[in-house]
Amino acid sequence: MEQHKELKVSAIKNGTVIDHIPSQNLFKVISLLGLENSGNQITFGMNLESGKLGKKAIIKVADREFSDDEINKIALVAPQAKLNTIRDYEVVEKRTVSIPDEVKGYVRCFNPKCITNHEKIVTRFFVVSKQPLELKCRYCEKVTTEQHLVIE
Amino acid sequence: MIKGKSLVSIDDFSKEEILRIIELAADFEANPNQPLLRDKVIASLFFEPSTRTRLSFETAINRLGARVIGFSDVNATSTTKGETLKDTIIMVSNYADLIVMRHPLEGAARYASEQSRVPIVNAGDGANQHPSQTLLDMFSIKKTQGHLDNLEIAMVGDLKYGRTVHSLLMAMSYFNPKFYFVAPDELKMPQEYKTFLDEKGIYYEEHRDMQEVLGKADILYMTRVQKERFSDLIEYERVKNTYVLHNAMLEGTKDNMRILHPLPRVNEISTDVDSNPKAYYFKQAENGVYTRMAIIASILGVK
Repeated sequence: MEQHKELKVSAIKNGTVIDHIPSQNLFKVISLLGLENSGNQITFGMNLESGKLGKKAIIKVADREFSDDEINKIALVAPQAKLNTIRDYEVVEKRTVSIPDEVKGYVRCFNPKCITNHEKIVTRFFVVSKQPLELKCRYCEKVTTEQHLVIE
Repeated sequence: MIKGKSLVSIDDFSKEEILRIIELAADFEANPNQPLLRDKVIASLFFEPSTRTRLSFETAINRLGARVIGFSDVNATSTTKGETLKDTIIMVSNYADLIVMRHPLEGAARYASEQSRVPIVNAGDGANQHPSQTLLDMFSIKKTQGHLDNLEIAMVGDLKYGRTVHSLLMAMSYFNPKFYFVAPDELKMPQEYKTFLDEKGIYYEEHRDMQEVLGKADILYMTRVQKERFSDLIEYERVKNTYVLHNAMLEGTKDNMRILHPLPRVNEISTDVDSNPKAYYFKQAENGVYTRMAIIASILGVK
């Protein structure tokens, strides 16, 4: 009975399903997309079995579609994410995410002596490598790697 | 075109622009008092203490006939009241025609250049960039060797944290050099710079003992090995004398070889080297004035 109810909640009529998120980054993805402040109906699951990722997470957002710019933000923490746009219970579009050449505004520079960590400044990074992830700060010119990645 | 441009990082200037600055510096050396900027006001903002760099910039400004405003002690400014760098820069850029600044935080100069209405010349932002030092190093190399191409350059000491060696390496990479890096294991040249050289096909060797390369070098670029850079103080005690240059070691070096050092020197060049004609570091510091005259004059478009 419970099982049946859960499936019913998960299915959305219109909206977006974001699949193949690494489980440990689920809350980063939620935060990057600003979903914690959203009024939409959102369901998510984590630690689901996945051949590709080991444990994956999934998010379903009802009545919401995302632009490429919005969705590419999550590429840093969920590079293999797949987006399905749902209209009237049907998948009408499948998209993947791609890391942009410049990352603006949501990554913190790992260098404690960088000016961006001392004044209110929108951070900017040039993506020097996508795999492994290497972001060169426009200001202090130091490289932040995935290991030190902090999303604001 | 250098006019109107900020100089934050050495790679803001192309090879041609670097050569242009060097050429102009030679011109100012031959004729140091050229009051080309009599109607200009230049701000000299030192958020962190410095002797050589500040005096050399302010000498350059005075020799160009401009007037200087600014501070050399941040404690006498509104920064202590919590004024942001952004506000200070916006305000000063309404007063002056150009801003020379040094700041302890990395990236401060790039950020200032985005806020300022007038060009910014970075006189050092933390451990990041100090491009006028690089340009004066190159002017010194050109003067002592007659040219910049195909030189063998030995860099000795702290190659890990030394910003001057990193910027010099990048700027010299336009001129097909050969590098010899001499450093203790803890202070070796970082991989990112070796990768940069590999990509450009530039030859380099790594050594622990400077005796191995002294005979080959056209330029011997010495830097300070600071105790506080070592995590292992026993290691520091073990290596500290390995990176000290004595006059006797200069025997058998090339006639054209010259010793450079960004200064201040502590003990890594023994004072018995000072009177050797191959010692060039004090002249190098003097070259800083002409180089900074060249930088300011070209940015303000009078040369």
